[in-house]
Amino acid sequence: MAKVFERTNGLTDKAFHYCPGCTHGIIHRLVGEVLEELDVLGEAVGVAPVGCSVFAYDYFNCDMHEAAHGRAPAVATGVKRVNPENVVFTYQGDGDLASIGAAEIVHAAARGENITTIFVNNAIYGMTGGQMAPTTLIGQKATTSPYGRDEKLTGKPIKVSEMLSTLDGAKFVERVSVHNAANIRKTKKAIKKAFELQLSGEGFGIVEILSTCPTNWGLTPLESLKWLEENMLPYYPLGNLRTPKEVE
Amino acid sequence: MAKAKGKVTFKEDLCKGCELCTTACPVNIVVMNKEKINVKGYHPATVHEMDKCIGCANCATICPDTVIEVERIIEK
Amino acid sequence: MAKVLMKGNEAIGAAAIKAGCHYFFGYPITPQNEIPEYMSRELPKVDGVFLQAESEVAAINMVYGAAGAGARVMTSSSSPGIALKQEGISYIAGAELPCVIVNIVRGGPGLGGIQPAQSDYYQATRGGGNGDYRHIVYAPSTLQETVDLVMESFDVAEQYRIPVMVVGDGMIGQMMEPVEFKKPKERPLAEKTWATTGTKGKRKPNIINSLFIDPQELEDHVHKLERKHEEIKKNETRFEEYNVEDADVVCVAYGTTSRIVKNAIKKCEEDGLKVGLIRPITLWPFPESAFDKITDKTKGLLAVEMSTGQMIDDVKIAIKGKKPVYFHGRTGGMVPNPTDIENEIRKIAGGEK
Repeated sequence: MAKVFERTNGLTDKAFHYCPGCTHGIIHRLVGEVLEELDVLGEAVGVAPVGCSVFAYDYFNCDMHEAAHGRAPAVATGVKRVNPENVVFTYQGDGDLASIGAAEIVHAAARGENITTIFVNNAIYGMTGGQMAPTTLIGQKATTSPYGRDEKLTGKPIKVSEMLSTLDGAKFVERVSVHNAANIRKTKKAIKKAFELQLSGEGFGIVEILSTCPTNWGLTPLESLKWLEENMLPYYPLGNLRTPKEVE
Repeated sequence: MAKAKGKVTFKEDLCKGCELCTTACPVNIVVMNKEKINVKGYHPATVHEMDKCIGCANCATICPDTVIEVERIIEK
Repeated sequence: MAKVLMKGNEAIGAAAIKAGCHYFFGYPITPQNEIPEYMSRELPKVDGVFLQAESEVAAINMVYGAAGAGARVMTSSSSPGIALKQEGISYIAGAELPCVIVNIVRGGPGLGGIQPAQSDYYQATRGGGNGDYRHIVYAPSTLQETVDLVMESFDVAEQYRIPVMVVGDGMIGQMMEPVEFKKPKERPLAEKTWATTGTKGKRKPNIINSLFIDPQELEDHVHKLERKHEEIKKNETRFEEYNVEDADVVCVAYGTTSRIVKNAIKKCEEDGLKVGLIRPITLWPFPESAFDKITDKTKGLLAVEMSTGQMIDDVKIAIKGKKPVYFHGRTGGMVPNPTDIENEIRKIAGGEK
């Protein structure tokens, strides 16, 4: 029997602290696998956000920075500008990237910073206990939108990929999801392409990954996958929004 | 058509009983082992009818905690 | 080496580059604009990187990244901009990263003004960021001293793995004086084995981090920083002193204000008055030992600042109540004039106070 699936060396051997069924763990694994398959673990420098994945620096088997909330793209810029041969990536949640870090991600993209951003969108603040995020859907209950997010009060959720795809510096923008095995494989392809574009010096790439938060959605892990499919996909359509021409 | 045969192993103490793998298996053989509780206090996932496994790795793909390893041989 | 007539801000840029700083992340704000402008012209010539960030918040976090990647890196700003960088500075101190931060102080609070001031003393020495952290603060009074301190700051930052702030004021930034660039004294600088340059498959991952979720670990870490602070206090405290043992009045002033005080002191001496001066060069660590030399002869101390009095707190701490401490200052961008200072000195000396 040939082994076809085993834990990637792109991850350390530290067990994840994530809640049961939280898809952060899947995304961590995909990033680790891609870094290993591209054989760049020795060159990789990752930047962890503040949020549930704040401990990402313990999970990725490469040099890591822990950034202040929202500032990962700026930290990554500093790292990349010093050592352009390093493969630099940020791993951020929606509170980190779309709320406090909105300016940083917009300008990293606008500059065409040659880094790769893994953007995990689970429509809520996880670590702090379920508050409304810029990506929380209209009507979705959160601890700071207890009556359901009200558009009149808080506006509509931000479509980050669409927003960033208007910036010419953003060479690769794709939204994917991890709510079933088939989509997880597509997510891995997108992550791999984003990193390949960084290696070929193409410039800024972001993969927005729709993800679940069973604990703060108040659903079981399986119900969460269904909720994501029925509620997030319609508002956050999957697909590539920007990719360099010749790579088509 | 060559028939793929597979085998999955579970690092049970990493499992958090989230059950995602049970819905991903195309031959529906991944179940939660109700007779057992792991070190975290969860029923770990398992497979009783291993002979039906085709080694597609769907279960391992959707597992958030890298619990599952998959092996496969292609019988001529 | 021949002296060059330079504007303060540009001299700071030149000093940094000569000290091997090839990375600068900044943002426009008066009165420090010539620093990023200079760096944008000169860094490309040495294969360095100048980047104007989208905000001071982004700039300090780029510094965090570059410092963590092992580079000599600097940023500069003015008062409100330095306020925006405080969280980043706290992270840099927590993660024990070396870097140099220049503050060309302007009048405050809020948008304040663009004229010179020293009203960021609290911000610089008490730390505007969160948590138990300190960072070295140099306060030059001439452009030559500015250049010397900026060049040395990179070595000091690396020796102690701590951010170093150089605090000037609008005058330091905007005036021109002749300067020369001298190599700072040799310091023991270890290799940056902790930097995130990629494991290259040869070592365990390096992690640049200031998060310690376990409280005991965080306390142990902060105590480690505290031991470093004690060592810095012992080795790096600097001040200038003039005629302190024999003084009727001892003035305390730093930066450009100290130069105005020196003029006032000369005037008073012409009338036979004995006036001393303590000029802190490090605002942190504050030169408390300088105050031990004050004798019973001294009637009182006069702190002179371009603020409503912030350094005066440290003066009171240092003098331990032995002598009365008086204050004279202008703020908002107004500069103290020698005659007013002279009158204050005479009042203290003449016992009117």
